[in-house]
Amino acid sequence: MELTRRFLPLVEAVGIPVMALLVAMLLFAGFVAAVGQSPLEVFALLYKGAFGSAFSWQNTLLRAAPLILTGLAVAIPAQAGMVIIGGEGALALGALTAAVAASALQGAPPHWVQTGMLAAGALCGGLWIGLSGWLRQYRGVNETIGSLLLSYIGIALLNFFVEGPLKDPASLNKPSTAPIGDANMIGNLPGMDVHYGLLFGVIFALVTWVILKFTTLGFALKTVGGNPRAAQMAGLRVGYWIVGAAFAGGAAAGLAGAIEVAAVQGAANASVVAGYGYAGILVAFIARQNPFAVIPVAVLIGGINAAGGMLQRRLDMPDASVLVLQGIIFVVIIASETLNGRLGLIKFKSLSPVSATISSKT
Amino acid sequence: MIATDGLGWWGVPLAIFAGAIRVSTPYLLVSLGECITEKSGRINLGLEGVLIMGAMAGYGTSLATGSAWTGVLAAGLVGAVLGLLHGLLCSLRRVNDIAIGISIMLFGTGLAFFLGKPLVQPQAPMLSAIPFGFWSSSPQIQSALQINPLFLIGIALAVLLHFAFRYTRWGMQLRIVGDSADAALALGLRVLPTRILATVIGGFLAGVGGAFLSLYYPGSWNEGLSSGQGIIAVALVIFARWEPLRCLWASLLFGGAGALGPALQAMGITSGYYLFNAAPYVLTLGILIATGSPSRTLAGAPGELSLVRN
Repeated sequence: MELTRRFLPLVEAVGIPVMALLVAMLLFAGFVAAVGQSPLEVFALLYKGAFGSAFSWQNTLLRAAPLILTGLAVAIPAQAGMVIIGGEGALALGALTAAVAASALQGAPPHWVQTGMLAAGALCGGLWIGLSGWLRQYRGVNETIGSLLLSYIGIALLNFFVEGPLKDPASLNKPSTAPIGDANMIGNLPGMDVHYGLLFGVIFALVTWVILKFTTLGFALKTVGGNPRAAQMAGLRVGYWIVGAAFAGGAAAGLAGAIEVAAVQGAANASVVAGYGYAGILVAFIARQNPFAVIPVAVLIGGINAAGGMLQRRLDMPDASVLVLQGIIFVVIIASETLNGRLGLIKFKSLSPVSATISSKT
Repeated sequence: MIATDGLGWWGVPLAIFAGAIRVSTPYLLVSLGECITEKSGRINLGLEGVLIMGAMAGYGTSLATGSAWTGVLAAGLVGAVLGLLHGLLCSLRRVNDIAIGISIMLFGTGLAFFLGKPLVQPQAPMLSAIPFGFWSSSPQIQSALQINPLFLIGIALAVLLHFAFRYTRWGMQLRIVGDSADAALALGLRVLPTRILATVIGGFLAGVGGAFLSLYYPGSWNEGLSSGQGIIAVALVIFARWEPLRCLWASLLFGGAGALGPALQAMGITSGYYLFNAAPYVLTLGILIATGSPSRTLAGAPGELSLVRN
């Protein structure tokens, strides 16, 4: 009994998502069969394309790097009770700002340029999502809708600057900003074909996790998220925490954009808007908003994304197949929230005496 | 795109007027549907995904059957199915309607991209408009007054809902369920079935809105078709204070903002194209900021709505 009580939270935290993933796989198998493919073959290819070889591992990790950060962009504000879904726009602006910083710092030693790019990207992303937090706290604008609107505006700004004022005349087919220069590119991790961005993401996640789990800072943030009124009575300035958490999340997404420019694209262009922000929402929800769990989940989702190309080449399935799989996983994961605290016992919302619509924000 | 030459700068307001009607139709249909859903105390952020699924299904069905109106019906049915999914999942304990909405947004988008892959090339039969400009000899005015029946249906629906919410038993029950589940239970109303039905109807209308996108304006199937219009429509309902008639005016306003970019482009002003295209998002956010308040609940908000914090 004692043992069950101690381990039940862990069993729930790991068991429910794993169970949900299995159910999602089954549903996807049904979908695959319905469109006339063999589920076994698809799953085998998914595995092969994601984790089957050193090459596919590299592909997976390359995609996991931004996903860790965009996952944190959702998971960190969630600690303060916010559902932020605008990571894509913060990523786009982070990329744009990084490119601007690089051109401003041209000629400086590469380390300075790189640091400047990453810092500028993180700052800009932080301000963008921080604005959603500010609007929620001080103007009563729902942060979910607000951050998504800001996201579309951010992407429009990127497109405007890349195709207009900041366009490099030499980039004909693919409008881009001026290249940051090969010397300023962030290199690969030793012995791998994966850039340092992965390491930055992992460090960001671990530091966040440690802060949240072991410091009063984390405790205060959770108090704000759990019960703002109690937090206020305990003397916490709720507004600062809300905006701060949104800023930190946005900084993660902005950093992801800066890394895409500094390590992959070499300039800001529309290619950085590749859906990482949206997949990050899924990553954070599977990880149940735990910054540590974001790392393995990002690798898993990165793997699914990486395997998409293989499905397309081998089975001639549309590249959106992985989006369908992600969508199914997402729906099942959210629905599985109902199992929390009641493993194996699904009940419908009790409608009296207190209606339960407001509870369980995430 | 509307030919504006010949009218000079007068072409701009005319183009914006025509564009407003055109662009506002999906906003109108989606927001009226969401209005019904939110009146019942639920919110469906997944309408963004429903819109794109409706566009895909409508286009595909129109292509397969040769009838655009069958496409519209199919789009509505697909939307209703997604609405049903949302409604059922939200009825589970501890499941948050905003999170389910986000997941259905991504699911619908992914599914629409997958199933819509073969639809990018072929040309499906389009919905036809009613030419209200027959009295004028100017081709610009004639083309500006080409009005799609779905817009007129939307207006009729807005008026109908306005009276239904106020004066019918059905509207009363819906409002009670949305304002207080406890009161509804005390009155013996069936809360969950009402909410599920409201979400299904909302999904149906959003699906039809999607069919308008692919079958009339801009009138083809591609992956960037909905680009946030479902979310804007959800925000629009807040701005309209859950009043169907105000949804109509708000839709026209947002439609006008959305028509700004294309209208200026038709005039040959192409710089800043992306900025003008961001106009509806900026307008939505601006209105949310202007009407929001940190301290009080919005007037007219259904009491059970998780979106509007107390």
